[in-house]
Amino acid sequence: MLQKSTITSNALITNEEAKIFYEDMFLGRIFEDTCAKMYYQGKMFGFVHLYTGQEAVSTGIIKNLKPYDYVCSNYRDHVHALSKGIPPKELMAELFGKETGCSKGRGGSMHIFSSKYNFLGGFAFIAEGIPIALGAAFRNIYQKQILHKIDDLPVSICFIGDGATNNGQFFECLNMASLWKLPIIFVVENNQWAIGMANQRASSVQEIYKKADAFNIPGVEVDGMNILEVIKISREAIARARSGQGPTLIEALTYRFRGHSLADPDELRSIEEKNFWIARDPIINFVNYIKNHNLISDDEIKKIEKKVKLRIEEAVKFAIDSPEPNLHDLSKYLFY
Amino acid sequence: MSAKYLKIFRTGLKNFLLNEPRGSCRHFHLTSLSQASNVMCRDALNSALDEELERDERVCIIGEEVGQYQGAYKVTRGLYEKYGSRRIVDTPISEMGFTGLAVGAAFNGLRPICEFMTFNFAMQAIDQIINSAAKTHYMCGGQIKVPIVFRGPNGAAAAVAAQHSQCYAAWYGAVPGLKVVAPYDAEDCRGLLKSAIRDDNPVVVLENEIMYGKAFDLSDEVLSKDFLIPIGKAKIMREGNHLTMVSFSKLVGFCLQVADKLASEGIECEVINLRSIRPMDRGTIIRSVKKTHRLVTVEEGFPFFGVGSEIAASIFESDAFDYLDAPMQRVTGADVPMPYAENIEALAKPSIEDITKACRMVLEGAIPKEKAKAA
Repeated sequence: MLQKSTITSNALITNEEAKIFYEDMFLGRIFEDTCAKMYYQGKMFGFVHLYTGQEAVSTGIIKNLKPYDYVCSNYRDHVHALSKGIPPKELMAELFGKETGCSKGRGGSMHIFSSKYNFLGGFAFIAEGIPIALGAAFRNIYQKQILHKIDDLPVSICFIGDGATNNGQFFECLNMASLWKLPIIFVVENNQWAIGMANQRASSVQEIYKKADAFNIPGVEVDGMNILEVIKISREAIARARSGQGPTLIEALTYRFRGHSLADPDELRSIEEKNFWIARDPIINFVNYIKNHNLISDDEIKKIEKKVKLRIEEAVKFAIDSPEPNLHDLSKYLFY
Repeated sequence: MSAKYLKIFRTGLKNFLLNEPRGSCRHFHLTSLSQASNVMCRDALNSALDEELERDERVCIIGEEVGQYQGAYKVTRGLYEKYGSRRIVDTPISEMGFTGLAVGAAFNGLRPICEFMTFNFAMQAIDQIINSAAKTHYMCGGQIKVPIVFRGPNGAAAAVAAQHSQCYAAWYGAVPGLKVVAPYDAEDCRGLLKSAIRDDNPVVVLENEIMYGKAFDLSDEVLSKDFLIPIGKAKIMREGNHLTMVSFSKLVGFCLQVADKLASEGIECEVINLRSIRPMDRGTIIRSVKKTHRLVTVEEGFPFFGVGSEIAASIFESDAFDYLDAPMQRVTGADVPMPYAENIEALAKPSIEDITKACRMVLEGAIPKEKAKAA
């Protein structure tokens, strides 16, 4: 069974990996900050749910995957998509509703899909993506064992929030994943709030990782603001799934620094609570770790940050300059 | 847990998905169609499933009781023995979960057939059918295709009461991104199901429990392995000049009976079997109405927002409106949840008499009764 991890070893990641992880986290942060600006300038619209503060979970899990692994997300999907490899340009263009967006402007913020990067959405309904992620895992086992089309078993990562763990689909899918030993990892990003509903008021069992016990699935709790902890646990869970031993449930304790969506006045969360978590900013934590262990020089860090900011600027320009979908194409993509 | 409990419940449960040895031996199909030409709808569907499973290894069947139980209505009889537990997957009672699982598998290149014990139970999974299956190809700008089939019995059976008797043709027919078919006879069952399985889009196949046991003669052409019926094309079952009847599924048979009876009075009815609810073959209906000038639609579902309502709209939205000699008549189920008692259950479903009466009314040019006040 997986144990709750504590990070002390500095042999966990190499210098090169540190650069990749840092760049990815920083990219996620700047991208979401830019989204907020663009939204208030009227360049993007509708429902936009930002991930600010939770970057350690996305980077810590997804950057340990292979390109042929699958990620299935929910409506808070921008940073998951970036970590999986979707170019910021295509993502920004999608949010602006442009033809050059990854979903050709048809999906928007909540429906990011990429066939190329094995990113299966982007779902508006809570818990809706859980069976989809499970289906990807089913397909992978099927491809390997029945069609003999692949050698390595791809792993399927399912990102959900604390609120989703009270939904029927969550339980149905934990049951089937365990029953059929499907190669899936359920990652619960417990940021303690489902819009304005605190987890304490919604869940009869507060410790979400314990819900996995009912289905004989190893469940583990992890500090979602500490990327090293997330990396360690996710590598174990990925190895488990890939070797055919079945699912794992990872509960990452984290926090979203912004409201539920850009339209949320966010009045129910206290200032004290917010400040407590902002002080545990995962990117600042990681920078401290990097410096303490001399993984990346200060100059390199500055270079990475400059590179990221440039990429985002280019992404915004690309999105602004891109055309909207052709009016005659309203019914395009209805059927294959 | 007592030792006795363990013994009783653990023995025989060896068919976990991953633990079964690869490749069950292939038996000959239990009901061979090669000699038969009089075939029940159930066996027509079974043969279509069998042929498509054999043709393409990516096809699999997921649902409750589809495997070891041979299918709740025996439509999947013999397939578990032939194709194994990993292609014929018995699921727990988790409609939303296994439907979404099937959709997710379809996103990634499998061609699953998701069986619902009845379409009433599919209501528990309707979010996955509509929001994940139907809408995804559009929402992702065409990157991901969803070659999935949702099938199972739809509509009323006999004495199964309100929660087991609803017809979902109108609900699914309303959704862009879905194709919806409703076979009537054994030929429809074979051709439409095979087309649905080979289609790269989500297709809802609305079968009928009463029709499962009805047998029809099938030609060699229909029995051939590549027999397909195009989705979106209706079939004129019987030609006539005096009035047009449009229906689908079981009630096509009722319409044909009514047509025979009226023929003895010199009234020749044209009976159209829709075969596809979506896309609906408006062209065939409009051409027929322009010929006969009178229209009766026949369906089992609730009157409000039904298939007949849509057909009415397609008439007044076309030049067929000017050809009408009388208002259209709708025959529908009653505007009540299906009752249990036999006598009022009969009132709640369209009967031969209801259809005949509607035909006579349209021939007289009578104004139809408002549906809210019916029954």
